[in-house]
Amino acid sequence: MDATRLQKRCKQPFEAPVSDPILDIRGLSKTYKGGTTALAGVDLTIRKGEIFALLGPNGAGKTTLIGAVCGLVRPSGGSIHAFGLDATRHWRDVRRRIGLVPQELTFDMFAQVERSVAYSRGMFGLPPSRERIEEVLRSLSLLDKRKAKIRELSGGMKRRVMIAKALAHDPELLFLDEPTAGVDVELRRDMWRQIDALRARGVTIILTTHYIEEAEEMADRVGVIDKGRILLVDDKAAIMARLGRTEARIALTQPLAEPPPSLGAFPLTLEEEGHVLVYRGGDGTGQGKRDIAELAQALTRLGIAFTRLDTRESSLEDIFVDLVESPPSTGTGTGA
Amino acid sequence: MNLNLRGALAIFTNELMRAFRTAFGSIIAPVLTTSLYFIVFGAAIGGEIEEIDGISYGAFIVPGLLMLTLLSESTSNASFGIYMPRFTGAIYELLSAPVGVAETLIGFVGAAAVKSLILAAIILATATLFVDYTIVHPFYAIGFIMLVAAAFSLFGFILGIWADGFEKLQIVPLLVLTPLTFLGGTFYSIEMLGDPWRTVAMFNPIVYLVNGLRWTFTGASDFPIGLSLGMTFAFLAGCVLVIAVIFRTGWRLRE
Repeated sequence: MDATRLQKRCKQPFEAPVSDPILDIRGLSKTYKGGTTALAGVDLTIRKGEIFALLGPNGAGKTTLIGAVCGLVRPSGGSIHAFGLDATRHWRDVRRRIGLVPQELTFDMFAQVERSVAYSRGMFGLPPSRERIEEVLRSLSLLDKRKAKIRELSGGMKRRVMIAKALAHDPELLFLDEPTAGVDVELRRDMWRQIDALRARGVTIILTTHYIEEAEEMADRVGVIDKGRILLVDDKAAIMARLGRTEARIALTQPLAEPPPSLGAFPLTLEEEGHVLVYRGGDGTGQGKRDIAELAQALTRLGIAFTRLDTRESSLEDIFVDLVESPPSTGTGTGA
Repeated sequence: MNLNLRGALAIFTNELMRAFRTAFGSIIAPVLTTSLYFIVFGAAIGGEIEEIDGISYGAFIVPGLLMLTLLSESTSNASFGIYMPRFTGAIYELLSAPVGVAETLIGFVGAAAVKSLILAAIILATATLFVDYTIVHPFYAIGFIMLVAAAFSLFGFILGIWADGFEKLQIVPLLVLTPLTFLGGTFYSIEMLGDPWRTVAMFNPIVYLVNGLRWTFTGASDFPIGLSLGMTFAFLAGCVLVIAVIFRTGWRLRE
């Protein structure tokens, strides 16, 4: 996508106001001792009950952002409000209602599965509950492994234990940092089902991921972060509508020196020494396809023969790559 | 402040269970080592050494050897307890949970101290197999042992946060605590040292701990019991202060 056009689009105000926020982050910044700025004034609001996917390349600030909300990282500036409470002043009440599944498999590998999950529940101040622990384990297909030592489990099972530990205290807001990193396709789809089931129970989920497919599949809203700044936040469908593109490649029978002037209304270019007429346009809502139909009729009317017409809709991945490679010059942290 | 007592209890129980899971290394090994000291210095050589302050040599070294175990075990237990989750990354759970400095200390330091106290009880019971000894001030002895276990568990906790590798974790107990305890009157009375070593020994803080515990056992000490208690309390207060600063600044925890 043309960078200038992308920037212009990103500067447009975001339409959807956030209703019923569960998390409100304002001007959050974090500069590490070495001088690395991981977060540079992040504004982000999360709606209650939604699945929010935070996309960004390595080192974009995703994990730092999660760490700041969960208490793992001390922010350099800004504010965090969760459940309407200041997360600094009311840290106990806030943390009690948040769950975190970190990216790495980090636990006492020699501990028993059910004990490890019960430990997590206790640490969050809840009374022991064999029934609840079994329910959580059952929901993650771990019940038959409850007496096993964690080190005896496969990588996928270990990741489920991480999720079970995070769910043991029934959090209202759950952070999943790269929940499916390094797991096979089958398990990934299984995880997606688990996440969907959590959402159905009213849990708000914020997940970071490298897999755009995951965001496309799961998320209600998507945010893109890079170099500590939020580049874009919006409903997935709205992003596709605003930033989505249609590309059509028309193989001409005879090469052209330049696009016909009468087709100036269409965003056309010539490639492969004039043998291929390329249309790149649309808005992700079907305008591109309508344009291409009109274009095909216009070409026929002009007597320009073609042998093939290939069309392709841009994916969230294309949008993500475009955004990260040519971010909006203002770099606003708009995340409403 | 609403103290999360269930959280503290969860950490405490988890730490104790971790110790019992590795019972050989954490309980049997120190008991065996201390028993060897009793056999060699108490039963074998001790019989050839004349009494000190009217006490048989075997009985004289009981408080010193107990202190040696208390210091090294309290420090190691607490330092490993907090260092391991830092090393594996599992510390995220502690940092993201609604537990503050009080719950963390009750959990980690409490468990380390309790484990040391269990060890102390086992060692005292084992000592009766090799030497005859009595405890003149049993309540003071229990109090002093608990105080030392708490103080050095706090110290170990600081060590576990400071350490950025297993080597550092071992350095202080091996190269500082053990030599200071050996030179702190574990096997001899400071009065037996000539000058200038007697003066040098006065700068070794462990001397006051060993002598304090020895007073509770035998009623005799190189220093007044008040001085020993004062030194121990001062050490404990210093450790609490350092830990408070660590939690306030997030040093090595939330960096």
